[in-house]
Amino acid sequence: MERKDDYLQRRKDLTKLADEELYQRFWELTEKIVDPLIKLGKEYTTPSIERSVLLRMGFSSLEAKEIVSCCQEHDLLRKGAGHVVWKLAQKRQVSIRDAGLALCKGAAKETIEEVKGLFQLTGAGGQE
Amino acid sequence: MNKDKYQDKLDLDRILDDLENYRPRRKGWRWRTKVENLKLGDFTYYQCSTPLKQSIPLPAARAFGGIDPQPDCVITSEIAWRFEDDIRRMRMAAWHGADHIMVIRTAGQSHFDGLIEGTPMGVGGVPISRKQLRASRKALDMIEDEVGRPINLHTYISGVAGPEVAVLCAEEGVNGAHQDPQYNILYRNINMIRSIVDAAEAKRIMADAKIIQIDGAHNANATAVKAWKVMPELLVQHAINSLFSLKAGIKQDDICLSTVPPTATPSPDLRINLPYAVALRRLFPGFKMRAQMNTKYMQSDTREVTVTHVLNLLISRLTSVDIQSTITPDEGRNVPWHYNSIAGVNTAKQTLIGLDGLQEMVKLNMEGELGTKVREITERAILFLEEIIEQGGYFAAVEKGFFVDSGLYPERSGDGIVRRADGGSGAGSVIERDTDYMAPVCSHFGKNNLPIDNETKPCSLIGGCTLCNPDKIVYIDELDPADNVNIRLDKVRKEREAGLIKPEVAEWGDGTVLVTLFLPAPPEVAKFAALEIARQMGLAEPEVINYQVMHPAEGTFLEVKGRVDIAIDPDMLVIPEEPQLLAEEEIKEDIKRQPMLVVAATLGEDEHSVGIHEILDIKHGGLEKYGVECHFLGTSVSVEKLADAAIEFAADAILASTIISHGEIHRINMQKLHEICIEKGIRDQIIVIGGGTQVTDEMAKEAGLDAGFGRGSTGHQVASFLVQQRRVKAAKGRRRIA
Repeated sequence: MERKDDYLQRRKDLTKLADEELYQRFWELTEKIVDPLIKLGKEYTTPSIERSVLLRMGFSSLEAKEIVSCCQEHDLLRKGAGHVVWKLAQKRQVSIRDAGLALCKGAAKETIEEVKGLFQLTGAGGQE
Repeated sequence: MNKDKYQDKLDLDRILDDLENYRPRRKGWRWRTKVENLKLGDFTYYQCSTPLKQSIPLPAARAFGGIDPQPDCVITSEIAWRFEDDIRRMRMAAWHGADHIMVIRTAGQSHFDGLIEGTPMGVGGVPISRKQLRASRKALDMIEDEVGRPINLHTYISGVAGPEVAVLCAEEGVNGAHQDPQYNILYRNINMIRSIVDAAEAKRIMADAKIIQIDGAHNANATAVKAWKVMPELLVQHAINSLFSLKAGIKQDDICLSTVPPTATPSPDLRINLPYAVALRRLFPGFKMRAQMNTKYMQSDTREVTVTHVLNLLISRLTSVDIQSTITPDEGRNVPWHYNSIAGVNTAKQTLIGLDGLQEMVKLNMEGELGTKVREITERAILFLEEIIEQGGYFAAVEKGFFVDSGLYPERSGDGIVRRADGGSGAGSVIERDTDYMAPVCSHFGKNNLPIDNETKPCSLIGGCTLCNPDKIVYIDELDPADNVNIRLDKVRKEREAGLIKPEVAEWGDGTVLVTLFLPAPPEVAKFAALEIARQMGLAEPEVINYQVMHPAEGTFLEVKGRVDIAIDPDMLVIPEEPQLLAEEEIKEDIKRQPMLVVAATLGEDEHSVGIHEILDIKHGGLEKYGVECHFLGTSVSVEKLADAAIEFAADAILASTIISHGEIHRINMQKLHEICIEKGIRDQIIVIGGGTQVTDEMAKEAGLDAGFGRGSTGHQVASFLVQQRRVKAAKGRRRIA
């Protein structure tokens, strides 16, 4: 879009404002723009966020990548990849690392079913 | 400086050894310790910090007792080669006054979906990996012990793997980072929703690790066609990222606005840049200012760039600065070379110190043009924000090309960057968290359905996360057996261990040299002539990296780089031995026993008397300190008058200082002095010495004098020589004139 500089016209409402009021207005407007963005940050996740969780849980970058891919493939990321690993570890009574490595490349079909069952997604009478 | 202790190069093997078990000694950013009314030498400073334990002062410090005042703000040096060489440059930069080392990432890392491991070579930057960061941090820990000041390591927490890089940085003790989702969106075309969601997590991790954040607004300067027109937008970009960061948990103190003076000369630099700088600081009180230097209009002339940067520094001092970033003066022509990185640091240090306390004497006049412009920029930014909301928010505005448009908002040129909410890298990868979503780790942002109370650490569920227990970090050394630091070091190991010396600008033994020349030809001819000259000089792959027309017909100035394959074995060099100096007490005793008198002057038409005073005056530790009677005849004294004075005072020695070297006048005058002493029949009895920045001992001896003292000479050296030479003459049985 092209537009000539119409600053003098647009600023009419601003001319009445004192410097302090301009400052307030600047930050109020910014907040209106930022609030919906920060809400997204609270309610959504991404593969990178999930890998970063797995890094913090003691997996290498290569392992984290495989676990997240596995979770993505089976629609488990919305539960949290760390959550998936934690639940599996609880269920199997194994270490966090062992549970995570079971979800790395070539994870057994049974393991996936087991995990899905933990979240009542399939099998074990759960819901999809 | 303590030469014995610091004469060894950093031991790369020692840095790389046992990296697996290295832990950063601290986390979080460190500011300098400001000293109120710092006294150094004869001076009091208002805007300085604790001096360094070891450092290399500015060249002129020689005349000021070697003082090296350090400004109050942090100074940044950027590094972008490969880390085994960067580590050495970090050490050089730290010794000149840098305490913020910013490692530029390799091109393409923004789109790397995960972490890079090992130490592969990058392009135009360094692949940031755990090993690279850990080795750099370990080296900086050693370097900060040398200089006695904390040094901050900095990188980029951006790209499609932002949250993972944030964890990596938090684990490895990185102290500062760029983080701004707008950078991903506008300049890297990473999906905007992905960038925003990732940024919230990355910022939360940074907040807890006390990694200070630098935003990305400065990139609009570098990208916009007319950078001076994006000022309203810059304020908008700063505001969006700053408020987003606060809401993600970063403390205001840890949020730095990356601000660049948008324009450069030949525009009226300060009349445009200063109102912008003032508007920014008035709208963002409490945030930190990271003042960057302008890169947008850099060409290949390092002198021009340096002047632009000095003007940028003037703005820092006329307003405020917390982190002064430096741009190397050669960035417009190559990836920065070692000594140009240091030049950037020194430009900042010199100018900031030169402008120390400026605001005690100069106040900004807000009544006139400055105040009006500050208001106008602010209003334009507010109008920008209003229209973003009218259009439906941030994503809608980006889709409509609001950003980096070259119009001065509300003017629009229609050339802004357009991105689609469903486009870019990582589009469609954002997933809504289910109500039972959970992440059992610390520093996680947003909804987290933890089965524990708020008081308990989330990572207690897994027995601790890597941020609480670094022993859980999984360290990967190298992934590529052919592209890693060990292979690169092995290639040059023999040379390194043999101590062979090769020219270098960036990488060990790169062989690059720079030839400066003037050719009396127009540029289109001069460029090819210069390349041919370089070839005939034996330079491989010559390249003209800068030229400037002096006159279309009279000639062209050129700088040509090339490569030489020469390695010097220092053991084969014939290096004249440093004269053995007599101990100060011995000199004083000798002169007490047998008084000594010297006459001194600057020769011919030479008014430069700083150097000779340093050699003579007691306050500089000169000859007077040793009891020598000194008669300074003044400046621009003829050789005849100097010889006559020597006779009149029955002097033991003549000290002739000569700085000007046009037309070899320094050589000519020294020779004349020698000859006139012969004519007047005193040459055998008297010691005649020359001094000056362009004088060497060999040159003075060729001219017939007894000795020459060049740049860096001290009163002690001259006194020692005079006493020793008098003994030699006495041994020859010659009498003192009288």
